[in-house]
Amino acid sequence: MIDESLAALSDTLFSISVGLYSLAVVAFCAELAFGRSVRGRTEQLVAAGGVPAQPPVDAPAAGEPVEPARARRLGLVAMVLTGLGAVTHAGVLVARGMATDRLPWGNMYEFATAVVLVAVVAYLVLAVRAPSLRHIGVFLLAPVVLSMVLIGLFLYAEAGPLVAALRSSWLAIHVSTATIGFGIFFVSGIASVLYLVRTRRDATVAAGASTGASAAPSLLDRLPTAAALDRTAHRTAVFGFPIWTFAVIAGAIWAESAWGRFWGWDPKETWAFIAWIVYAAYLHARTTAGWRGRPSAWINIVGLVVMIFNLLFVNLVSTGLHSYGGV
Amino acid sequence: MTATAPPRPAAPASPPSPPSPGRRVAGRLLRWWRQLTAMRTALILLFLLAVAAIPGSLLPQRSLSRSDVAGYLAEYPTIGPWLDRLYLFDVFSSPWFAAIYLLLFISLIGCVVPRAIEHGRSLFTPPPTAPRHLQRLPESAALSTSLAGPAALDVVEEELRVRRFRVVRREGRSGPEVSAEKGYLRETGNVLFHLSLLALLLGLAGGKLWGYEGSILVTEGQGFCNAFQQYDTHRSGPLVDGEDLSRLCVDLEDFEAVYEENLTAASYTADISWELDGADPVGTTIGVNDPLRVGGDRVYVTGHGFSPVFSIARPDGQTFTDLSAPFLPADLGTMLSQGVLKVPDLGAGSTEQLAIEGFLAPTGVLEAGFLTSINPRPLDPKVGIDVYTGYLGLDSGLPQSVYALDREQIDRGLLNRVARTNLAIGESTTLPDGTVVTFSGLKEFAALQVSHDPGQVWVLGASIAVLVGLLGMLLVRRERVFARSGPAPDGGGTVLSIGSLTRGSADTGPRFTSLTEDVQAALAARADAPASTPAARGHGPAPDEEAPPS
Repeated sequence: MIDESLAALSDTLFSISVGLYSLAVVAFCAELAFGRSVRGRTEQLVAAGGVPAQPPVDAPAAGEPVEPARARRLGLVAMVLTGLGAVTHAGVLVARGMATDRLPWGNMYEFATAVVLVAVVAYLVLAVRAPSLRHIGVFLLAPVVLSMVLIGLFLYAEAGPLVAALRSSWLAIHVSTATIGFGIFFVSGIASVLYLVRTRRDATVAAGASTGASAAPSLLDRLPTAAALDRTAHRTAVFGFPIWTFAVIAGAIWAESAWGRFWGWDPKETWAFIAWIVYAAYLHARTTAGWRGRPSAWINIVGLVVMIFNLLFVNLVSTGLHSYGGV
Repeated sequence: MTATAPPRPAAPASPPSPPSPGRRVAGRLLRWWRQLTAMRTALILLFLLAVAAIPGSLLPQRSLSRSDVAGYLAEYPTIGPWLDRLYLFDVFSSPWFAAIYLLLFISLIGCVVPRAIEHGRSLFTPPPTAPRHLQRLPESAALSTSLAGPAALDVVEEELRVRRFRVVRREGRSGPEVSAEKGYLRETGNVLFHLSLLALLLGLAGGKLWGYEGSILVTEGQGFCNAFQQYDTHRSGPLVDGEDLSRLCVDLEDFEAVYEENLTAASYTADISWELDGADPVGTTIGVNDPLRVGGDRVYVTGHGFSPVFSIARPDGQTFTDLSAPFLPADLGTMLSQGVLKVPDLGAGSTEQLAIEGFLAPTGVLEAGFLTSINPRPLDPKVGIDVYTGYLGLDSGLPQSVYALDREQIDRGLLNRVARTNLAIGESTTLPDGTVVTFSGLKEFAALQVSHDPGQVWVLGASIAVLVGLLGMLLVRRERVFARSGPAPDGGGTVLSIGSLTRGSADTGPRFTSLTEDVQAALAARADAPASTPAARGHGPAPDEEAPPS
C-alpha cells in the first residue's frame, strides 16, 4: 500500500535538496572568489624552487594562501548548506521507504538518488576530517546538482511496490553495498579529475616561473595540492574497492538463488566486472613505475565512466536481467 | 605482478664466446617470462580483459539468448557472419578471451608464487638489520637519556613488544640496535588475494566442465525427470555424462502468481513434489529467490505462462479434447502470450494436419478488432487465432520451433489459413470443411530449470578468500621500527635514535610521535633523573606510503 502523502513529501524533499545543493555551489563559488584576494605564498614558493612546490599535505596552512575571514565564513555557509542538503536528501529516501514500506532503492531513480547521497556524505566526511579538501566542494557539488536534475528529469519513477524478483533480503545487502561503492568511486573520480587539472596548472606555473614570467592567478590555485588530491582519490578508491568487490560477490550469491546461476555475463554483470578490473588496475598502476601520477588518475576516471555507463547504458539501452521499475 | 622490478643480474656485457643455441633460447624464454610477469604486462592484460568483455555486453550472446543472435544474423547478413567468425557472439567462451585471462593468470602465478615463497620465508626470519642512517627514514627521532645503552634499548624493546611488534636485538656495526616489524598480515592478505583469484578461476572452470542445466515448461499436474531428452533446452559441460545425472523427478502440483494492486508481480510460487533416487515424494514450495536445493541440484521457477486448451470436433464425428500447447508471454506486464498448437494427427481417414496459431490474452479486450490484454491474471481469457490446415512439415527432417509454424510450408502453399477469429472461453469457430474448433479453457504452466554446478561452492569460498585477502592487504599497515643507542656527543648518557618505515597508512606521524613519547616517558621513569629531552625530530623523504596492491 502506497502512502501518497509520504511519497509526495519525498518528491518535495528532492526539490529542496537540489535547491540547497545549488545554494551551496553558489556559496562555494563565492568562497573561491573572495579567497583569491590574499595569495602569494604559494607563488613565492613555486618561483623560488622553479618546480611545483608541494608543501606538506597535512599542514595546509604552510603553503596555502591565508584565507580572509569573509571567505572562511562563506565556506562555512557552504558546508552547512551541503550538510542540510544531505539531510533533506536522506529524507527523500526515508520518506520513499516509509511510503512504500520497503528499502528505498528498488528502481533506478531511487538507486541513483542514493548513490549521489553517498557521494555527498563521503565528501562531507572528507571535508570535515581534512579541511583543506573542502575546496573541492564546488567541483563535487556541481556534478551532484547536475546529476540530481538529470535523475529528477529522466529517471523519476512513481513510488511503487517492488517486483517479485527484488523481494529478497539480498536487496539490502547487494544494492546497499553497490550504492555505497558507487558513491565513493564518484568522489574518487572527481578527485582524480581535479588532480589532473591541478597538475596541469602546477606545470603551467612552473613553466612560467622558469621563464621568468608569472602565471596569471587562477581559481585553480585554491584547489588542494596535487599530492593531497591524488591521495584522496587513492584512499577513497581503496575504501570503495573492497565494498564494490563485496557488492559483486553478494550480487553473484543473489543471482544464484534468483536466476539459477551465480554468473551469466548479463550486461550488468559484465560491466560490473569491467569496473572491478579497471579499479584493480588503478590500484596496481599507482604502485607501478611509469604509471604513477597522471596515468593512474586517468585509469580512475575511466573507472568512474564505466560505473556511470553501467548505470545508464545498461539499464536504459540494453536489455538484461537488471531491468527493474520500468527501466 | 611485482610492484617494483627487483634488480636483475645484468647480462654479461661481452661474452667470451657466442652462447650455444640452447642457452640463447633459454635466455630468450627467460626474458619473455620476465616480461610476462612484469607488472606493466599484467596491467595491460587487465585492460585487454576489460576491453575484451565489452563486445560481450553490446552484441547479443548465444549464452544468453540464441534467438537474439539468430535475429541479429538475419538483420545484418553481411557483417554478422564475420562477427560470428571472430567469436563475437560467444565472447566469454572465445579462444581470444581465454587467451587473455590465461596469460593474465600465468603472469599472476609468475609473480605471486615467488612472492608467496619469499613471504613464507620472511615469516620465519627475524626483522632485517637497521639501516645505517636512521634519521633518513620517513619518521625519525633522537632521544637522550641518562640510562646506559643496553638499558635504553630494553625500554624501546618493551614498548615495541607491547605494540605487538616482532623484535630482534643485534650488535650492529654502529652500535647495539633493535629491529622490529609488524603487519605481516598485509603481505599475507596480498598473497591470499591473488592465490584466491586462481582458486576462483579453477572453481569456475570446474563448474563449466562438470555442470549442466536444463529448462522445461511444465503444466500444472504434470512433471518431468532429470534427463537431457526430457528438457526443452539444456546445456552441459564437456565432462558431463548424460547417464550420471541425479535421479530427480519433479511434479508441478500448483502454480500461483500474486499481483499487487497496480499489477506489479508480487510473487510466483510453485507447489511441487519431488523424489530422488526413487524415494518417497516430498512436497515443497519453490518460488522466485527460493529454489529447491537437493543433492547438488537446484530447481528454479524461472517464469510462467498459460496454455490455451482447445477441442476439435471433426465433421465425421471424431472429437479431440484437451489439446493444449504453452504460449510464451510476449509482454510480462499483461501476460499477452504467443504460440501455436500443432495437431499433426486428426484421426483415421484424414491426411490433413491442423495448427492453431495466435495470441492469448488472460484478460482480453478487443480494440479495433485487435486482441490485447489489460491484466496479467486470467480474469477473462481470450484468444486471437489463425487456424491452418495442410502439411506442418514436422517430418521434413528439419528441426522446427514448437512455438512457431514453419513459414516455408505456408510460402510453398502446403499449409493454408482457413480461419481467423477471436474467441472467449467456450466460443468456437467452424472451419470451411465443417470442423469445429472450440476454445475450452486455460492451463497455467511454469518454466522450471534444473541447474547443477559442482564448482560454485569453490567459487564462493574463493571469493570470500579474495575479499578477506583484499581487506588484509588494504587495511593492515606494515611497520618497521629501528632503534640504535650510542654515547651522547657531550659525554653524558646515551642518545637513542629511532626511525620507522610504514607501508599502507598515511597517518604515520601521530603514531610515531605517540611511540617516541611513550618511550621517552618510560626512559624517564626508568632513569632516576628524568633528564631526557627530545633532541631532534625530523621528517625524512616521504616514501610512497600507500598500499601496493600487489
